[in-house]
Amino acid sequence: MNRALIASLAFIVVLAATAAPASAEEGGGSFLLKNVTLHPVSGPKLDNASVLVVDGRIAEVGMKVAAPKTKLRVIDGKGLHVWPGMINSGTTVGLSEIGSIRETNDTGELGIFDPQLRPIVALNPESEYIPVVRANGITMAALLPAMPGGRRSDGANTQLIGGQISIAHLAGWTWEEMEVRRAGGMHLSYPAISAVSFDPATFSTRRGSAYPKAKQQHDLQVQELSGFFDDARAYWTAKKAGVAVKADLKFEAMIPVLDGKVPLVAFASHEREIKEAIEFAERQNVKLVLANVIKPRSALELIAKKKIPVILGRTQVGTDEEDDPYDEPYTLPARLNEAGVKFCFGTFDEQFARNLPYQASQGVPFGLPYDAALRSVTLSAAEIWGIDKDYGSIEAGKVADLVVTDGDLLEVKTDVKMLFIRGSEADLETKHTRLYKKYMARP
Amino acid sequence: MNAARMLIAAALACGVAHAQQAIVLQNATVHTVTKGTFKGSVVIQDGLITDVGAQVLTPAGAKVIDASGKHVIPGIIDCHTHIALDSINEGSVSVSSMVTVRDAIDPESIAIYHDLAGGTTTVNALHGSANAIGGLNVVLKMRWGKDAEGLVMKEAKPGIKFALGENPKRQGQGGQNPFGASLSPRYPGTRMGVEDVIRQAFTEARQYQAAWKDYNSHEAKGESALPPRKDLKLEPLVEVLEGKRLVHAHCYRADEILMLLRVADEFGFKIATLQHVLEGYKVANEIKAHGAGASTFSDWWGYKIEAYDAIPHNAAVLTRKGVLTSLNSDDVGNGDLSTRLNTEAGKTMKYGGLNEEEALALITINPARQLGIDRYVGSIEVGKQADLVVYDKDPLSMYSKVERVYIDGTQYFDREADVAARSRKDAEKKGLMEKEKAKEKSSEKAADKPGDKPAEKQEAKGAKPHQGGSDE
Repeated sequence: MNRALIASLAFIVVLAATAAPASAEEGGGSFLLKNVTLHPVSGPKLDNASVLVVDGRIAEVGMKVAAPKTKLRVIDGKGLHVWPGMINSGTTVGLSEIGSIRETNDTGELGIFDPQLRPIVALNPESEYIPVVRANGITMAALLPAMPGGRRSDGANTQLIGGQISIAHLAGWTWEEMEVRRAGGMHLSYPAISAVSFDPATFSTRRGSAYPKAKQQHDLQVQELSGFFDDARAYWTAKKAGVAVKADLKFEAMIPVLDGKVPLVAFASHEREIKEAIEFAERQNVKLVLANVIKPRSALELIAKKKIPVILGRTQVGTDEEDDPYDEPYTLPARLNEAGVKFCFGTFDEQFARNLPYQASQGVPFGLPYDAALRSVTLSAAEIWGIDKDYGSIEAGKVADLVVTDGDLLEVKTDVKMLFIRGSEADLETKHTRLYKKYMARP
Repeated sequence: MNAARMLIAAALACGVAHAQQAIVLQNATVHTVTKGTFKGSVVIQDGLITDVGAQVLTPAGAKVIDASGKHVIPGIIDCHTHIALDSINEGSVSVSSMVTVRDAIDPESIAIYHDLAGGTTTVNALHGSANAIGGLNVVLKMRWGKDAEGLVMKEAKPGIKFALGENPKRQGQGGQNPFGASLSPRYPGTRMGVEDVIRQAFTEARQYQAAWKDYNSHEAKGESALPPRKDLKLEPLVEVLEGKRLVHAHCYRADEILMLLRVADEFGFKIATLQHVLEGYKVANEIKAHGAGASTFSDWWGYKIEAYDAIPHNAAVLTRKGVLTSLNSDDVGNGDLSTRLNTEAGKTMKYGGLNEEEALALITINPARQLGIDRYVGSIEVGKQADLVVYDKDPLSMYSKVERVYIDGTQYFDREADVAARSRKDAEKKGLMEKEKAKEKSSEKAADKPGDKPAEKQEAKGAKPHQGGSDE
């Protein structure tokens, strides 16, 4: 143990003497977790290992972490497993409470181009979803300003740019405390040619006749989208040149995207949209992340060649079309992995956000190596969001977002026993566990 | 159809009537669900399980399948689905007991095959939840390739769908459905109205039943009497009153669950299954006392206000409090959750601590009991129909997948064969698409010629043999 560490430990002891025990949401905690099976993700599994956390960061990891001589909380984790906290790379947790009640939903603002919108400010820290999702080992979420594929009945996207994607920790008294990145990405629902329309009168989809109309609609939208990017670029260029321009919050929000600092997260599910989105991003010279890729076909090669990261949606779904192989959604992660594409997962909802780990493990019996599955919901996600310096694996120096389980993190039977966010132990009580206990006890 | 094809079709139609070659699934981990789990074998003869145990006698001429390292479970039973149906909701009236989904079976729905690929062999295909009293159900076996009647599990007790809460009252509140279509108001619009619709219907059904009893007793005495007017809406409800038809009731909140149990008590009938029953855990004692079963989701919640108190421990609480409980998919379309009910069951080990046998029971013997078919399916026991699923690993684990599925002793799914057939199917599809494109092109050309009737031209061109097409 180095001198600086000893010094900081001594400091903590002083703090501990004066302050009440840190609650989940207060600043980083310190503790030693020992005798655990450690899954750092960045390296091989370690048996009988320990993690030392100091001030919310991982100070030391390994087989021989000396127990500090100070009065530090020591947790004996015999028989337990420790994993990096998982990241749901696309969810509406905390933004949408009850799907069918409009008043409880803060996604999908009016307007076609809304890059100025920041979902973090609408994150309700008291949402019942936050503890529920957290209790399954998910410590962080990329918050979507809009749902993918929110289409009008004529097949057109309701929004093209839905807003920024904020990244937040799933614990905190206020959204400000939960914030990891205000603008982690820029949402784009890339225009698709959709000749399928939903008929609300019969609750069914209609196919056919509409292709020429749908194509026209798509072309128009692509034109509008390009126009918007061009205008934003002109604004930025003028501003850089010192021309006095009328301040425009939409264009201001686009500058980090045009500058390559914030990735454009384009929701594009099928071959044609994927290829078009890639071409578009190249033409606009912006950093691209693809989201909700469902059926890439020949575009997979292009995705791999251009090294474009992908946020996959739920694999636990039915097939896209009726003549697809029955396991097509299950084999998708393996196909991406084989092609060398970096990918992570989002659930693109709130209801099933806690089932993130199973989207990854669903791919394992269908060809995805286990390590790749585990990496996808931890380190790969952190890399795709550009936060891997601090998150995604258990390494000295990183923030202590840790999950302690009684078994495999990605298995349905496994129980989460403890969870730490920024080194502070988070509450695993949820609306569900409260109701469970209450009614189990009903005489 | 030529003579040879007709012969094959006739032979296939006879199917089970012909003696099947006996099959032995050897050295597997056998999860019988009702009689323990052990390393052993299962013998299938003429569609039935004829032996199961650590040691079995191999019948002469049997096909022996080495299943060492594999797991065998009874075929999964999905107690609530809407797959393989052309239409689901007769949403025009609040009591639609005169319709049956049996008239709307789509035997070509790919969902049947997808269910098979996920180990689901039997489903309770239900009418939708738009009406307080919905249409009649049908229990289907996933015998992919059979016609509509060939899918029907004839041994199953007939049933009917009821629905409580938001869905049946939605149209009573006017406004729009979730997809924006405006609705003309229809009674009921409240949970009070839902109760009233059910009580009113059974009041009528009782009178109808009494009228027929009266008529029949006159008839029996040889007295002349006028028969009552036949009422197709009330007949199924009389069957409910007489215990001949099972009630499968869509419900969410504890209050409406209790309401239905009390209405059933009042009219002297039983609710067979409470479906979804997301707040069932709150009134488990009352459900148990009434004797109703519960069929729920593993972890759905929050998608509407009546689902806000749903908890993933529901199945475990109901089980622990003595309620016969199952898990279901509520699938529509291509099939989704019904392709992995095994891991949905696995979740109950985490949420509420059920053991492996209890978890498996939620998707096998328990739904079989709820549907009144446990004499035939739902466990691996001698004499039961040979509906079996072979997994490569622990069936309750995320890491397992289905390898083979048998229904009535016939193999309906084989993963290896499915994977092997893909390139051929892809080529066939490509060929068909090219053919269609060529057709389109030639009809476009024809349409360009002045004076031609495009429709006629298209037909003429289409009739020509085309290169690159597949055999039809």
